[in-house]
Amino acid sequence: MSAALHLAPARARAKYQDNPATRESPAVRFTLLALGLGFFAIFLVLPLVAVFTEALRKGWEVYFASLADEETFSAIKLTLIAAAIAVPLNLVFGLSASWLIAKHEFRGKQLLITLIDLPFSVSPVVAGLMYVLIFGAQGWFGPWLQEHDVKIIFAVPGIVLATVFVTFPFVARELIPLMQAQGRDEEEAATVLGASGWQTFRRVTLPNIKWGLLYGVILCNARAMGEFGAVSVVSGHIRGLTNTLPLHVEILYNEYQFAAAFAVASLLALLALVTLVIKQFIEWRASQSTAKEA
Amino acid sequence: MASFSLGRRRVLPGFAPTLGFTLFYLSLIVLVPLAAVFLKSSGHGFDAFWAAATSPRVMASYKLSFGASLLAALINLFFGLILAWCIVRYEFPGKKLVDALIDLPFALPTAVAGIALTALYAPNGWVGSFFAKYDIKIAFTPLGVLLALIFIGLPFIVRTVQPVLEDMETELEEAAASLGAQRWTTFRYVVLPTLLPALLTGFALAFARAVGEYGSVIFIAGNIPMVSEITPLMIIAKLEQYDYVGATAIAAVMLIVSFVLLLGINGLQAWSSRRGSKR
Repeated sequence: MSAALHLAPARARAKYQDNPATRESPAVRFTLLALGLGFFAIFLVLPLVAVFTEALRKGWEVYFASLADEETFSAIKLTLIAAAIAVPLNLVFGLSASWLIAKHEFRGKQLLITLIDLPFSVSPVVAGLMYVLIFGAQGWFGPWLQEHDVKIIFAVPGIVLATVFVTFPFVARELIPLMQAQGRDEEEAATVLGASGWQTFRRVTLPNIKWGLLYGVILCNARAMGEFGAVSVVSGHIRGLTNTLPLHVEILYNEYQFAAAFAVASLLALLALVTLVIKQFIEWRASQSTAKEA
Repeated sequence: MASFSLGRRRVLPGFAPTLGFTLFYLSLIVLVPLAAVFLKSSGHGFDAFWAAATSPRVMASYKLSFGASLLAALINLFFGLILAWCIVRYEFPGKKLVDALIDLPFALPTAVAGIALTALYAPNGWVGSFFAKYDIKIAFTPLGVLLALIFIGLPFIVRTVQPVLEDMETELEEAAASLGAQRWTTFRYVVLPTLLPALLTGFALAFARAVGEYGSVIFIAGNIPMVSEITPLMIIAKLEQYDYVGATAIAAVMLIVSFVLLLGINGLQAWSSRRGSKR
């Protein structure tokens, strides 16, 4: 899932197109560009354009009216709450897991890395179902929870849990390969010179991983705010109470309030675009700092 | 990369607490809930499990989910390779923008993608109305499912192939050219074998994601029983009827498939990193 930070080489022309051994004929080049960019335009650009045109089809007034709606506000609030809990939890986990895996040797490390990746390969619907099986009315803790009047499924805690699950690997996935590549010489030097573990982490490790960390966090956040399937299973779709933004989009759409559905969807599309812009910025900064070191 | 270790003693602190926290959190959020699916699905006996997991409507959904995912991953394999090639090897206006937008399906919430694709391909949509003239329906048919799965799968191929293509030295291609190989021959026998592990990994990642995908598909699928119902939707349908046995059985089947795919992907990645380090 996570495309690790990668740094593009600067000039494709000088490297490939001025070299007779790696150059295609203009006809081939043109065909490939037309195929690739045509596919890109139809499958990626067109849906993005559709979101905004559909949202504005009935004009700005309808657009803002659909956004300035009480149910939209409560959906925004719940989405922010879920992300505000899930992202820090998985950030702490990511730091802990990557410190463990990159800075120490132990048996079963490869297995642990695979297990951390698991949530990426589990269908979001199955993820939601798991928590229903544990905390739902017929689940393991269902009767106990009912007795004590605690609601997890069809309530906010269920939504938070499902969000934590689907965003579980993001930060760890970014940090593990990065910290493994950096090795442990710098940390060992700091420790030998008498730094405490916390000092070593803060003064040596953190500056080295800050861009990768930020990258993992924004990907984690985008997924947390946009998750649909897993949250849909545990939410119960109670308006004003357990509706996140993506679920609100679904409800509006199924009620044929298309302009409103696309207006709310455009907020989420903007979030996606902002995420991509930040990602570009991080890649640019990371390439700057590598260039400086080299 | 190499680091000295002072005998068997650990130099860096924090092993015990990070190990403890990592395992605790992993178990709490991932392992115990996953175990719940298997325990629950085995709790009603094998016959009930088998009957629920292989009912005709569910079988039809497997066929659609796996068939469409496979086809979508194949289509993405072809176009994803071309796109990665264009981005790495050619200069064209707006290249940076294209490179950045490739990740859109990762960042765009699936429900948003779902309603956008439906609006485009519905019989009254921009693209759908064009095909409607020729009596071709896209949205609310398996074809619509395929389109949604192509959308979400594309970045997996591009982003696994692109770094390998960027790291590839031009010397091999130069050698092939100096020995008189045509460009296509060089691509077929020099470039493609180098890219093979990355292509297979991207293919498997796109396939695995497509099989479990829900949000972007349900809007455009139309969800007609036996025709355009995907497997994750069957789980939701069973849950809505309070059929926990049925939902859990299907979920267990999907989990087993995911585990097999994950193992395969890990094997492929190990293979490609071995290939990478040999050169």
